[in-house]
Amino acid sequence: MSRVHHPLEDYTRTGMIPHIWCNGCGNGVILGEFLRALDEMKYDINKLVVVSGIGCIGRISGYTHTDSFHTTHGRPLALAVGIKAARPDLKPVVISGDGDLFAIGGNHFIHAARRNLDVTVICSNNFNYGMTGGQSGPTTPIDAYTTTTRYGNIEHPFNLAHLAAASGAVYVARWTAIHVKRIRESIKKAINKKGFSFVEVITPCPEEYGRRNKLADPIVNMKWLREVSVVRPFIDPIEAVVQPDKIVVGEFVDSEKSEFSDLLWAKTRTIQAALEKEGKLTNVAL
Amino acid sequence: MSRRLPEVGGVYLQMEDEIASMAAVIGASYGGVKSMTATSGPGFSLMQENIGLAAMTETPCVVVDVMRAGPSTGQPTKTSQQDVMQAKWGSHGDYEVIALAPSSVQEMFDLTVEAFNLSETYRCPAFVMTDEIVGHLMERLAIPSPDRIPVVHRKQPTTAPPDYLPFRSGKDLVPEMATFGAGYRFYATGLTHDETGHPQTDSPEEHTKLVQRLCDKIRKNTDKITKVERVFLDDADVCIIAYGSVARSALSAVVEGREKGIRIGLLRLVTLWPFPDEVVEQVGEEVKRILVPEMNYGQLVREVERCAGRHKVTFLPKLGDALHTPHEILTHAIS
Repeated sequence: MSRVHHPLEDYTRTGMIPHIWCNGCGNGVILGEFLRALDEMKYDINKLVVVSGIGCIGRISGYTHTDSFHTTHGRPLALAVGIKAARPDLKPVVISGDGDLFAIGGNHFIHAARRNLDVTVICSNNFNYGMTGGQSGPTTPIDAYTTTTRYGNIEHPFNLAHLAAASGAVYVARWTAIHVKRIRESIKKAINKKGFSFVEVITPCPEEYGRRNKLADPIVNMKWLREVSVVRPFIDPIEAVVQPDKIVVGEFVDSEKSEFSDLLWAKTRTIQAALEKEGKLTNVAL
Repeated sequence: MSRRLPEVGGVYLQMEDEIASMAAVIGASYGGVKSMTATSGPGFSLMQENIGLAAMTETPCVVVDVMRAGPSTGQPTKTSQQDVMQAKWGSHGDYEVIALAPSSVQEMFDLTVEAFNLSETYRCPAFVMTDEIVGHLMERLAIPSPDRIPVVHRKQPTTAPPDYLPFRSGKDLVPEMATFGAGYRFYATGLTHDETGHPQTDSPEEHTKLVQRLCDKIRKNTDKITKVERVFLDDADVCIIAYGSVARSALSAVVEGREKGIRIGLLRLVTLWPFPDEVVEQVGEEVKRILVPEMNYGQLVREVERCAGRHKVTFLPKLGDALHTPHEILTHAIS
């Protein structure tokens, strides 16, 4: 009997499958939709680098059959700056979690967005540190229970879409794991966008966040996401709340701005052209 | 460098912090270019996390550390040699690095080139560990024409993409390195990994094999990597072992001693890591006493003691933004 060829096999590092994610986790949706987006775009897979950080979703760079780098905790965006600065012909796609990108890596996120680095950031936001035992993080909702907020969370969470927009992102969208096709369409737009694009996906974590917040059953979790999601395209991101009773989703920002690596290399070209005119150009091969 | 790099076809960027600088250096290196960053003690501390990542992912890269006095914010812009052990042990886990210690402006140039060449040869982080005194020196510098500067590039894959194993090595223990964007579609991770690059975190065998290779590719080439300068050592009873700006004072002390008829010599360490064990062992057998002056409270002297034996070694510390005077070194060497 001939083996069945999975339609996404060419994009998958099959030796790394099966993945480590739990039943009901939304990371599989992100992986699937990311790969389907590449397939539908007929994107030149050799010109895209997947960079991830630490955590459950951090393993994604191993599953995508692209050039890929699994970095230290919080640092994928900083590493992507280096890739893009050295190789403006490549498109880095950072896929990481809310803790990695916004707690330990928060500084790198705002600065990469400020620079308008040409990178697509896909954030799996599951409200907690799922891999390490379900601790609270920068997106844990008020009053939610985690292993480190036993009596309910007292800290105000980040609104990631608002943070991204305020930091300078030129494309910002938020969906939940049930908005499968919209995730794919947003990822396509984000990858095609020259500049800092951000796609947030609210992701179920039945095993850790779910068990402590009456969302342990994956079906219940998905139904909850459907019930509380409200589509509000291009609403001011500050009003795009994420609360247990209401999650505002949609595209919030779609704009244009000069891009970091373009400007960086334009300087080098200008300076070299001036030197060449004066007959003083010494180009050192790196 | 902000002025110079665009002139020669490169780019310069200032990151938000030193953690990011080191990460960006790694990203750029995987993009196939030579990349470096420069800092002093507190920044070097912040870089240690991703220096470990560079060691684990075998990233050719260079860090210049102009040592200042700590701990913590310590004495900004004041001289010290207090990061010598941090260079070797600063990140967690077992790994090896290469660290060079220039004593002059000429060596700042020469050893930066050397650091790049070594890091490309052995696929490991290479450090230029200098101190504030050398860092602020103004003296004669001869820059050779570019065609006379030896430039080493990392080994490129000799196999086609489907057969490429990014972390497989031959006898030299150094894997061939593909470049992002060249069609190899390979995976690098800070996790323990096998030859394919895939994580193998539950395998004691794979972890042992990887860590031993990361260390042995440097350790087994210690003779090739390390450089020392021997001055008046052949008939010496007393040897001063020094590096960086302290070696300049030590050289004056040796010259002064010889003028007085004292059989004193200098072993100047150009390479700090890997430590030149056998050279120091040999010197320990040749001389009666060894004096180690350092601008810290006892760092590299431990390595000298390990190799030459504690009974022969005297340590001369100097703290607080002061360099040992030649007279001070000579007095302690012969007392």
